[in-house]
Amino acid sequence: MNKIVKKEQYSENVFRFDVEAPLIAKSRKAGNFVIIKVDEAGERFPLTIASSDPQKGTITLVVQAVGLSTRKLCKLNEGDFITHIVGPLGKATHIENFGTVVCACGGVGTAPMLPIAEALKKAGNKVIVIIAARSKDLIILEKEMSRFADEIVIMTDDGSYGKKGLVTNGVEEIIKREKVDLCVTIGPAIMMKFVSLLTKKYNIPTVASLNTIMVDGTGMCGACRVTVGGKTKFVCVDGPEFDAHQVDFDEMINRLGAYKEQEAEANNKIK
Amino acid sequence: MTDRNEIWRETLRQSLKAKERMAIERIHMPELDPAIRRTNNQEVNQGLSIEQAKLEASRCIDCPNPGCVSGCPVNIDIPGFIKNIERGEILEAAKVLKLTSALPAVCGRVCPQEIQCEAKCIYIKSGKQAVAIGNLERFAADYERESGTISIPQCAPANGIKVAVIGSGPAGLSCAGDLAKLGYSVTVFEALHEIGGVLKYGIPEFRLPNEIVDVEINNLRQMGVEFVNDCVVGKTISPEDLAAEGFRCLFVGSGAGLPRFMNIKGENLINVLSSNEYLTRVNLMGAGRENSDTPVYKGKRVAVIGGGNTAMDSVRTAIRNGAERAMIVYRRSENEMPARMEEIKHAKEEGVEFLTLHNPIEYLGDKEGRVRQMRLQKMTLGEPDASGRRSPVEIPGAIETMDVDMVIVAIGVSPNPIVPSSIDGLQMSKWGTIVVNESMQSAEIPTIFAGGDIVRGGATVILAMGDGRKAAAGIDAYLKS
Repeated sequence: MNKIVKKEQYSENVFRFDVEAPLIAKSRKAGNFVIIKVDEAGERFPLTIASSDPQKGTITLVVQAVGLSTRKLCKLNEGDFITHIVGPLGKATHIENFGTVVCACGGVGTAPMLPIAEALKKAGNKVIVIIAARSKDLIILEKEMSRFADEIVIMTDDGSYGKKGLVTNGVEEIIKREKVDLCVTIGPAIMMKFVSLLTKKYNIPTVASLNTIMVDGTGMCGACRVTVGGKTKFVCVDGPEFDAHQVDFDEMINRLGAYKEQEAEANNKIK
Repeated sequence: MTDRNEIWRETLRQSLKAKERMAIERIHMPELDPAIRRTNNQEVNQGLSIEQAKLEASRCIDCPNPGCVSGCPVNIDIPGFIKNIERGEILEAAKVLKLTSALPAVCGRVCPQEIQCEAKCIYIKSGKQAVAIGNLERFAADYERESGTISIPQCAPANGIKVAVIGSGPAGLSCAGDLAKLGYSVTVFEALHEIGGVLKYGIPEFRLPNEIVDVEINNLRQMGVEFVNDCVVGKTISPEDLAAEGFRCLFVGSGAGLPRFMNIKGENLINVLSSNEYLTRVNLMGAGRENSDTPVYKGKRVAVIGGGNTAMDSVRTAIRNGAERAMIVYRRSENEMPARMEEIKHAKEEGVEFLTLHNPIEYLGDKEGRVRQMRLQKMTLGEPDASGRRSPVEIPGAIETMDVDMVIVAIGVSPNPIVPSSIDGLQMSKWGTIVVNESMQSAEIPTIFAGGDIVRGGATVILAMGDGRKAAAGIDAYLKS
């Protein structure tokens, strides 16, 4: 049982939770994720850790209410308990001084980028962060990110904030402007696919953090498998970060839809 | 209770001549009707009545040098518990079981007795059916549980020495039970949210109800064993952290939780999944039931690849989830199948089709990426291979295509690397198993012991329990030296 000590609303469907998990707060590194089981009936699903406070013994999770489980989680309030949290899982982000790094985040993917941007900055990189979303109210963590970013570019589909355009427009502008040594991308699979296609064109090494369907999160079930460089990998133990240019995003997008019908049915039930 | 020379036991032996005992036919355990069990998760084997159990117990001639005991990986005093059943002291029989086994109700259900204790029974030598040792074990454990007066094994006075057990499957539970009896302060760390490991996520309820596992785990709790769930040693907490917290020894029983795939075309299509995933969704997460959020696809034409117990568990689960056609696809013949005969029999009764001498070579999907067909290579049997079984050989050109909407891959598991990779200096085999000294289950590092599938790479519940017992004795010897 993990107590929610703080809840904050970022946008209509996006919430930030600070949750008691002292062991995870102590051992987690940038890139790690946890598996959540909201209540007794709940399914197990992965969430990447946004930050932690080892002194307070809390981890920060940023959640977008999209499906049954994330909606159940977002209904919880300060003082409530999440039945099960286990982690930190997955390999930590490989951090070194690459030079100039572009962090391309889409929507709620900005949250797991936060610790990566922080670690990259601490390692001496020049960090340029592109935060993209459909509209202004979906842009999150701009202020927090500004603590680690040398530059922040905001992109919105509708132009309601920052520049009008997609994340890829923002990334391409930077690439044309200066030498980029690495790109890190986190967001919806389709977005990461297009970021990857773009950076491949410019030959810029790119890392994508994948968020697939998982059950145990420790390599036991294989629900999370993806094809990377023609080989099957488990996101939970071999990832979650991979060389984006080697990832078969189309297969991954298909596999994310494995339970589409059941999810729609479950979603209708709680409406 | 266990002394063969006690008066009651001598009297009992003399009450019936060996010849008369051997004239009694083995009692068949009642089973649920296949038509009914296809539709629910109720246990298939229904257990013996007390009359049936006493009659079956009277078949045992109480050999002076019982072969059955040597056939048991945890050396249960088999005649000792069976004779207590015959004289009607069922609770005593349960106590005898618990002297050596932490999980008698589990073992009575899932042990392959036909190749262990029962294979060594004197009846086999005279061409008769062995005493139904497994069924009697189950009877005694169930009787005790249902009586409401569960005896907790006596533990030595607490010695205050802390030992950590990693993994709450059969190896870990058995090790924890024996250590607790020896007076150690034992904490079991489990990665999942439930205690029980493969007994919970792997073995279906129609073979082993979760409730029965929980009762056995509760017995361990009452013996003072502590359980910590949601804790991945090597991730949440390191082995060094455990040492710093005062744990003097570590038993690694983290299992073989890494599913194997065949690496053939189309294996990553939707609804092609590992048996681990399928069984975990259904058994551990309760997928498909009213009070569970976990989804599971209910395939109509389901192919399960493999011929082991896990394959049988998967295919029988698919039947219960509404499959109209459920098939075992196995590349050798039925003779070479590693599954228990009982499982194969039950699967057939429930309507499972057996496509033996067939091997999948490709899966084909629709435009949404869902599996729709499989291509099967027909096989024939060649010369025996390293395992002693005749090896499957392709029949050139004999390929057929079959419609399926779900494929469950049950071709085995590899050791899960998370725990071993977090311990520096462990000696590992090329298969990723931990290398141990077999008499003590001790690893390269003197404070580390290991057993079960992390050492064996995929075996049975009872072999894992045997390892756990040996490791407990090894840990005790090490800490006392």
